[in-house]
Order: sequence, then structure tokens, then C-alpha cells
Amino acid sequence: MSIPTRPPVAPSAQRGSADDAARIDIVGLTKRYLTPKGETFTAIRDVSLTVEPGQFCAIVGPTGCGKSTTLAQVSGLEHPSAGYVSVGSQRVEGITSGVSYMFQADSLFPWKTVLGNVMMGPILLGTPKTQATKLALDWLRRVGLSGFEDRYPHQLSGGMRKRVSMAAALINRPRILLMDEPFGALDVQTKAIMQGELLQLWEELRPSVLFITHDLDEAVTLSDRVVIMTSSPGTVKDIFDIDLPRPRGDVQAIRHEERFLELQGQIWDSLKEEVTRAYAQTAGAAA
Amino acid sequence: MSAANVNVNGYYVIPPDEVDPAVSARRAKSRRTRWIWIGRAAVVIVVFGGWQWFTAVGWVDKFFFGQPTGIVDSLVHLFTVGTAFGTIWENLWVTVQEAFLGFLLGTVTGVVFGILLGSNRYLASVFSPYIKILNSIPRIVLGSIFFVAFGFGIFPKILLAAVLVFFVVFFNAFQGVREVDQNLIANVRVLGASPLQVARHVTIPSAMSWIIASLHTAFGFAIIGALVAEILGATRGIGLIISHAQGSFDPDTVFACMVIVAVFTLVAEYLITLLEHTLLKWRPPSRSEAQAI
Repeated sequence: MSIPTRPPVAPSAQRGSADDAARIDIVGLTKRYLTPKGETFTAIRDVSLTVEPGQFCAIVGPTGCGKSTTLAQVSGLEHPSAGYVSVGSQRVEGITSGVSYMFQADSLFPWKTVLGNVMMGPILLGTPKTQATKLALDWLRRVGLSGFEDRYPHQLSGGMRKRVSMAAALINRPRILLMDEPFGALDVQTKAIMQGELLQLWEELRPSVLFITHDLDEAVTLSDRVVIMTSSPGTVKDIFDIDLPRPRGDVQAIRHEERFLELQGQIWDSLKEEVTRAYAQTAGAAA
Repeated sequence: MSAANVNVNGYYVIPPDEVDPAVSARRAKSRRTRWIWIGRAAVVIVVFGGWQWFTAVGWVDKFFFGQPTGIVDSLVHLFTVGTAFGTIWENLWVTVQEAFLGFLLGTVTGVVFGILLGSNRYLASVFSPYIKILNSIPRIVLGSIFFVAFGFGIFPKILLAAVLVFFVVFFNAFQGVREVDQNLIANVRVLGASPLQVARHVTIPSAMSWIIASLHTAFGFAIIGALVAEILGATRGIGLIISHAQGSFDPDTVFACMVIVAVFTLVAEYLITLLEHTLLKWRPPSRSEAQAI
């Protein structure tokens, strides 16, 4: 596999403002995997998109279109087969600093208490324990979990576990927050509450967010920009800018606004085709 | 509901003509517990009563199979008079030491190798055929070699116990490391964890529940190792008393020694369970019935 030697400097590097550290440029990104059978499988091809500093960007696409793969390349957990990602003006070559990941599964440490889980971020950066504890207690208060410090994850409800994950992901004040269907497993009511809380925290810290979801309503409610990916191998199909005013306020009420419905309709038209195609692919494979 | 069913604090109370479910549940539970204990006593009476009866009548020869009253006599004799090799306490202490040190040595090496090979694919591939070969040989026979090489002392017994313990713990530690949630590893790596931090915060704590689970079985093996090694050749120990009793056709003493070892093993099991509860207090309560037995 060849990695083209493109100049590692992203266009934004010339401007050089402090905010630019949170800019994500994905350029011509392709990722191929070797399947267990020995065949090459192209997960994503030629994905290019830019997330401005402090922007909330959602990626929507049919199942298996390589959304998670895209995120893994941004975090530096995997290396692209072609193309590159740069964060700030720095090309991603290994684990990028200042990034937090939130998965659909809780990814909490079951053997650590709520406090211990939230403390992990600062501890891994070498923060002294007393200071990390203070910081973690403050974050637990922000996500409304004061008094639950000594519980273990299995003693909490799904929504509470999500809050812990959120505090753990944000405690280091990341410049970039990668979210892989974080609320996918929650019930509808809890999901709406968590979306509201996420927006609040995001307004405070303003990291750049890449947010993967299947839920079109969720994408439109939360983001500034919605990226539609094609069915496998995934690439960028359409990009929609969401011009709903910020702060968005009540995530339930916004769904009934005219502009919301209009945007949602446009995006669904674009997505529908891909979802149908992806379904035909899997149905064809099953037959 | 009528207002009569609400108490002063505003809570609903159970009307007098209805049975409180808490009361009936408590009654049912105490009834169940009583019958369980009656059942348990019945098992003891049938087994030991039958044994005593059969040997007393002569259907079974007590010369070969012993007799419950004989075992009790033998136990009394062991604790009051002692054995040909000193008091029973001295001998028990030797066996306990061997089993415990062997258990410790086997567990530590098993955990270290298990985690090392579990987290390093290259080392695992290099060593896997040898581990398989070593695991397939009858390790108890190594006792003879240890006896020849290291003599009558306590060391060869520790070694045999450790060899038996090692494989049990090793395989569990190995598996435990392999079962680590990859999401968790990805998560801490993104947060900037070094490989050592990944091991300390994720791999080892995650493998711990597998390792602890193996300790119950491992301790049983430690006792077997110590006893077999003593039977092969020793100057002290419960195994020696057993082999001496076997030589003098005294099944009652063999059974008496089994009782002593069983009591010791139960105590050790209890301690391991305590350790399990402290180390794994984060685990959700298990619904497994097998653990309750």
C-alpha cells in the first residue's frame, strides 16, 4: 500500500491563529482492510471534508459505510491507506493529542468507581492525584452526578453511565471530540436529555466535534454541518450546512420548527438513495 | 383505595384483611431453610449411618474400607497421642507450608507468564508449542524427579505444587488478557496512555477477574501436589502419615488425614473467597447458581 507524499501542511496553516489547532482537514482519505479471507476490502475511498475550529459536524450514512473508519483515522488509532488527516496544521501520524473519543458502548472501566473513571484523563496526562480528584469532582457536578462518586458503573442507569463517559471525555478539555453513535443505545427520552446536556457542555468548551449517527433528527438538531456518506465503499456524497440559530435551546421543541423540517427533508432525500442501495447490497449478499 | 389505607405520613398501608407479602415471604423462607437443613442432616445420616451399619454387620469389611467410628477414634488418637513422626500439628504445618508456598510460587509465575504471553503475540507464538507439550505430560511424575534431585526436604514438594498450580493460573491469565475490551484500550490510548499505563489501568485489572477465578482450582492442585510429593518421599507431613497408614493397613487413619486436609482446604477456600470479594467488589452480583454451591 502506498502513502502518497503530499505536503503535510494544511491550507489553514498559513493563517496560524490559535483556534486553528482545532481544525480538522481530511484530504483524499482511503482505507483498505484485508479481510480474513485474504481479499482487500475498501472501507472508505477518497473522503475529503473539513471541520472548522469549534464546529459541530455530523456524519450520517447507511450501515457499514465507513463512518467509524473515518473517525479511527482522525484519532490516529489507524493509519490511512491513502490520503491524510491533519489536525490543526499537524498531519496525523500517531495518536493525536487533545482528542477524546466517545463510543456507543460505554467504554467505562467497570473496576473503577465513577470518580476513578472521570479522573483517568488527567491522571494519564500526569496530573497529581489531588488535583485530578478536584477536577473530576467538578466535572461530576457539571454532569449532575454529585453524590455518585463512589458507585461502580454497573450500579448506574444507561443515561448516568453516558454522563460519566461525557465527563471523562471532556475533562481534559479536548480540542477535538470524536463521537461514534454515543447515544445510539439509549431510549428516546434519555437520548433527548443527553443531547441537550451535550449541547450545553459543547457551548461552554467549543471543541470541534465529529459526530457519527444514524439518527437524522439528531444530526440536524445538534450540528452546524451534516455530511452524508455513500454506501460502501463510503465517500462524501453531500454536505449540508445547518443554519438553525445557536444556542439551539430545547432539542425537543426545535424539531417542530419549519426550517428544521425543511432541512431534514432535503437531507433525507439525499440519504434515502444510499440507504436503499446499502439495503439492496446486504439483501443481495444474504440471498 | 379508601382513605383508611393511608397512614399519617401519607403512605399507603396494607389493609388488615390482606397478608403483607413481606411477612409471607419471610415465613416461606424460614420454612425452606428448615427443610434444607433437614435434608442435609438426612444425607449425613444415610451415608455415614449406612457405612457404619454395613461394616458393623459385616457386609463390608472394615479392614479394607474403615468405619466411621474408627475414623473418629483415629482422629482422637492423632490429636492426643500424635504420630510416629511427631505431633499431628507439626506434620500439618509442614504440609500447609508446602502447599501455601507452592501455591504462591505457581500463582506468581503463572500470572507473570500469562500476562506477558497474552499481551505479546510474538512471545506467545514462540512458546505455544512448548507450553502445549509441558501441559500434556503427566506433571505429577515430575515429583519423582524433584525427589531424586532435591531429596527429602520441603523444596521438592513446593516445586511440585507450584508446577501443578502454574498451568491453571497461566491459562486463565493468558485468556484474561486476550479478552480485554478493545474499546477500553482504544479509549485510553487516545487519552495518551503509554503501553505501561495501558497494562496498569486496563489489561491487568481486566485479567484479574479471570486470575482470581482460577485460584480456587489452583489451591486444590497445590494441596494435591504437596501430598503426592510427600507420599513419594518425606520425613514429615500428612502425605507421609497417609503412606505409612497405607503400609500398615490402617484405612481409618487414611480417612482421618483426608478429613484434616479437607478442613484445611475449606479454610483456605474461605480466605480466597474473601480476597475475591475485596478485589472484585466492582463486579455486579453474579446470578450464577454454580458459584453458590
